[in-house]
Amino acid sequence: MSATEPSAPGGRPRIFLVEDHAVFRAGVKAELGDAVEVVGEADEAAAAIELIGERLPDVVLLDVHLPGGGGHAVLRGVRPHHPEVQFLALSVSDAPEDVIDVIRAGARGYITKTISGPELLQAVYRVAAGDAVFSPRLAGFVLDAFAQGSAPTTGLDPELDQLSPREREVLRLIARGYTYKEVGRDLGISAKTVESHVSSVLRKLQLSTRHELTRWATDRRLV
Amino acid sequence: MGQWEPPERGWGGTGGHWSYRGGPFAGGRRHHHHHVGKKLRTLRRSPDNRVLGGVCGAVSSATGIDATWVRIGFVLLSICSGVMLFVYAMAWLLIPMEGETSNIYSRAINDRRGIRLIAAVLIPVLIAVQVITSTLHLAFVGFIGWPTFIALGVLILIWRNANESEKAFIDHDVVPLLGADPHGGGRRWLLARVAVGILVGAGGIALLVEGHTTAAALRPVGGAVLVVAASVIIFGPWWLSLVRDLIAERQARALAEERAQMAAHVHDSVLQTLALIQRSSDDPQHVVRLARAQERELRAWLFEGRSPGAIGEETTRLAEGVAFLQRQVEADHGIAVQVVMVGDCELDEALRALLDAAREATVNSAKWSGADQVSVYAEVEPDTVMLYVRDRGRGFDPGAVPEDRQGIAQSIRARVARFGGSAVIRSAPGEGAEVQLSMPRRERVA
Repeated sequence: MSATEPSAPGGRPRIFLVEDHAVFRAGVKAELGDAVEVVGEADEAAAAIELIGERLPDVVLLDVHLPGGGGHAVLRGVRPHHPEVQFLALSVSDAPEDVIDVIRAGARGYITKTISGPELLQAVYRVAAGDAVFSPRLAGFVLDAFAQGSAPTTGLDPELDQLSPREREVLRLIARGYTYKEVGRDLGISAKTVESHVSSVLRKLQLSTRHELTRWATDRRLV
Repeated sequence: MGQWEPPERGWGGTGGHWSYRGGPFAGGRRHHHHHVGKKLRTLRRSPDNRVLGGVCGAVSSATGIDATWVRIGFVLLSICSGVMLFVYAMAWLLIPMEGETSNIYSRAINDRRGIRLIAAVLIPVLIAVQVITSTLHLAFVGFIGWPTFIALGVLILIWRNANESEKAFIDHDVVPLLGADPHGGGRRWLLARVAVGILVGAGGIALLVEGHTTAAALRPVGGAVLVVAASVIIFGPWWLSLVRDLIAERQARALAEERAQMAAHVHDSVLQTLALIQRSSDDPQHVVRLARAQERELRAWLFEGRSPGAIGEETTRLAEGVAFLQRQVEADHGIAVQVVMVGDCELDEALRALLDAAREATVNSAKWSGADQVSVYAEVEPDTVMLYVRDRGRGFDPGAVPEDRQGIAQSIRARVARFGGSAVIRSAPGEGAEVQLSMPRRERVA
């Protein structure tokens, strides 16, 4: 993945870091370097909500696990007042319920902490531009949650409760470790079209009232 | 793990070829001769690639010539000149086994105890034989006795210093050829041996008595018996202590083997888990899960005698199997394995084969791709299970791997084909590789 591919509107995106490990915060800052402007950081939910409201960054890098209510508490505290602030969830956790939780609460993407520097930067640019960022793991979770053949829903908008065959194909390739560009090449579509498919999946994930989604997440809690 | 990996483990296959373009010998034959000198010094015999002592396999690994050709060439040469057999034997003694730093020759030279043992047994026996043969005027027997006993001593010394796998090879494949199986046979063998011994002994006494009827003529025999008795009196305690030493040595070896097994187990499971726990220290739930799984495994091993690890009877679900594969490859090869699972199902024979194939593909990527991460994606569909193993490493040109040399590729295919599955390998130089596996499901979900 080349880090130069997408660029944020209006130059360097302004970043806010919410993460309780100081070492990791320092690592992220070092990896992003001068490509972004870090406008603040916080190590727990309440302080994060206050500071983000003050500084209004473009993108918040949000650790899913936080003292004082987890990543979704930050999302619920900020999103209603500042919908223009975008969130990118960052976690070592593999627990699907946490991931789905922050996405449903409004994060534009989810990446694992093992991500490389350039990939992280690209994800930040993507989210700053309003696109969705799906790691292979998130793609897998979504495919699992929207499993084919599971019972249809009682929601008002059945469109929201189903993935289209194309979206499914795109997610499958992402889950296999393909980049957006590679997905596009494999399916014979442009990277931009891949992005729009992914964004539409994200919308469905956030808006679907499908019972399976909640049930699926709670089932997974027992694993 | 071994520090040195033979090329036959790559995509190239089992015959000692390296067809995987991105392997450690990348660059192909062009640069080849530059490395030959260096490789001769690092010649290693592989326990997996041998007919006799593994010398031809070692030569093949170092020069890149197919092992089969090396072997044919060697046989032809040794038909022309027996010297080649000697050369082979010397090479066997001088080329270390894979994973070892010393060869048999240097170990034999430094084996003080072995030399002492052989001297202690052979010298008195030799003296006794000399005395007996000379008193019986059988100088000829005495003359060939020397070289025979020395050769015997050298052979014993070599055997002592061959490593375990070669000892097993000699015991199982060479000794039966000589008709001297030390293990098999049991009682019947013992009876036959005693009977033959008594017959031969009686025959000898009869010959002696028949040839020299006078008591005076029997005197040399009596002398010989006295000499033997004398050497027993003199050397007896020494022999006894040597036998005791030998027994102690054997016990120590058994103990060391047990310890090695224990260490291997602890490495495979406990240390692996501890490493994983360190890496996920900020995820308490995961740590608890790992610790619990490890405890279960350890208990099963300690109290129920079940060997841990193997994708055996313990893992019953596909996701567990994939997670196990991930742990194993991460621990053994120091590469990150990223797993994405969609759905889960019970494991059956066919899906175990699919997992084995996936593991082979993952290990292969770990070893040869040069990438620091392998992605494994598994999806359970209503009537098939799809599994993808992908790396972003060097890649290779699948078309350039000749059909008859696709060792790993073929073995992956064969594993899944047996149960009606299929395997497709996609790769291009510089673009990484992806192995796509699919297996039809026997049991459908209701």
